Amino acid sequence: MSGDVNTPHAELAGVTRIYPGAAGRPPLHALGPVDLVLRHGEFFSIVGPSGCGKSTLLEVLAGLAPATDGRVTFEGRPVAGRVPEGVGVVFQEDASFPWLTVWDNVAFGLRRTGVDAAEIERRVGDALSFMGLKDFARAYPAQLSGGMRQRVCIARTLVMQPRLILLDEPFGALDAQTRLLMGDELLRLWRRTQATILLITHALDEAAMLSDRIGAMSARPGRFIDIVETGWPAERDSRIVAKPEFGAITSRLWQSLREESLKALGHGRAQAGASPTA
Amino acid sequence: MTKAGSRIVDLVLLIAVIVAVWQGIYLLAGDAALSAPLETVRHAIELLARPRFWLDIGESAHAFAYALVIAWLGGVGIGVWLGGHRLSGDVAEPILVALYSLPKVTLYPLILLLFGLGISAKIAFGAIHGIIPVAIFTMNAIRNIKPVYVKTAWTMGLSPLATVRTVLIPACLPEIVSGLRVGFSLTLLGVLIGEMFASKRGLGFVIMNAIGLNDVRTMLAVTLLLFVFAALANSALLALDRHLHKRV
Repeated sequence: MSGDVNTPHAELAGVTRIYPGAAGRPPLHALGPVDLVLRHGEFFSIVGPSGCGKSTLLEVLAGLAPATDGRVTFEGRPVAGRVPEGVGVVFQEDASFPWLTVWDNVAFGLRRTGVDAAEIERRVGDALSFMGLKDFARAYPAQLSGGMRQRVCIARTLVMQPRLILLDEPFGALDAQTRLLMGDELLRLWRRTQATILLITHALDEAAMLSDRIGAMSARPGRFIDIVETGWPAERDSRIVAKPEFGAITSRLWQSLREESLKALGHGRAQAGASPTA
Repeated sequence: MTKAGSRIVDLVLLIAVIVAVWQGIYLLAGDAALSAPLETVRHAIELLARPRFWLDIGESAHAFAYALVIAWLGGVGIGVWLGGHRLSGDVAEPILVALYSLPKVTLYPLILLLFGLGISAKIAFGAIHGIIPVAIFTMNAIRNIKPVYVKTAWTMGLSPLATVRTVLIPACLPEIVSGLRVGFSLTLLGVLIGEMFASKRGLGFVIMNAIGLNDVRTMLAVTLLLFVFAALANSALLALDRHLHKRV
């Protein structure tokens, strides 16, 4: 499904998520209320302090967890109870299946959707080439590095041709250099698929480099406190980190997030404004 | 040299060392305590030529097969339940571990009271040896499944049944196979101990009878045959175990 860049592709309206209290503990208000409109084909990143509900937001949008309140829609249809067709998710944790080869991992979802064998062969071969995994098609995940395993997971999502790709800190476990290079691959993938991408990340530089728009979230319960338009051209790569605008974007994000991050650490407002030398 | 060739050389060397040590101890201890390796092999072949010995093998094999099926199916069933139901698992785990450490021979009088003298008691005694490790390994295999695998299955639109078949079972299979391997050895041990203490047939009885008659040759020949059987079966299970674990 193609759509106008200014039309909503997915939407959260007044969404909250409250985890019920267990064993005498009070309920945990993890998220919201949150309003978010993802435009067709945009690259949107969410940054925020640890535990602010970023992953919860992604799970609610994916249909992996129900919203306690509010409305979630994808392509105009409500999201409830199951992951809608056309939505792909890549998790932070290594989710490659260790008992399958790289090829079988990537073909896993396609085999269960009734796609014919020739088409599976074509799509998997294409995804493996695109992700630079062609020479490792017969390897098992245990024989690959962390970055390559994450590429397997991305390829497995990519072959399903999702129109909305949700990425939950997919490069969180990788070193800084590998993350930058993986970011380039992600941008390449985004331009080629023209999918809408929602990226959850704790790295401000990663968000600033990759995104069209960045949402900064408050400490728990997470709400959007700032939305930053980067203004980057679609044809970009990791070299934009050298531009002065890049520094301005990360600086603005940090200004928004510093106090919230201190709150998340339990330091509160009093210390948030304190001078480092005080 | 290939990896397989190197393994064969290692195996031949290991057997040669065991035989050499055995021969050395025989030379030191004499006929009264031990029979020589070659003589033991010769006597084992003689035993295998006797129809009466095959009745004993059949009796042990029969009891072992039943005990193994009960231990494997029961252990996997209990493990799946305890692994899937957190509270039951938390309550049962220390009990299972305590039972695992208990010398099961202390329970044999109780088994005999419950099942009487005969094959049922041997089967029960073999099964209680094997069922606990299989249950513990299966429970841990299920508990250790990464939740992200289930989430991934959901994002692929898999039904609950397809998730169990294509994700959960393959994810916990390596550990379950490890449990089955341990369960195999302990079940065999349980059946043989059962035959040694309260039976008139079976390989355990043949060993016990040979001990009573101080027939060292028969004692060692039967032990050797059991060792060869256990080693071959265990090697097959170990190969499967390694094949599954090398992927993890």
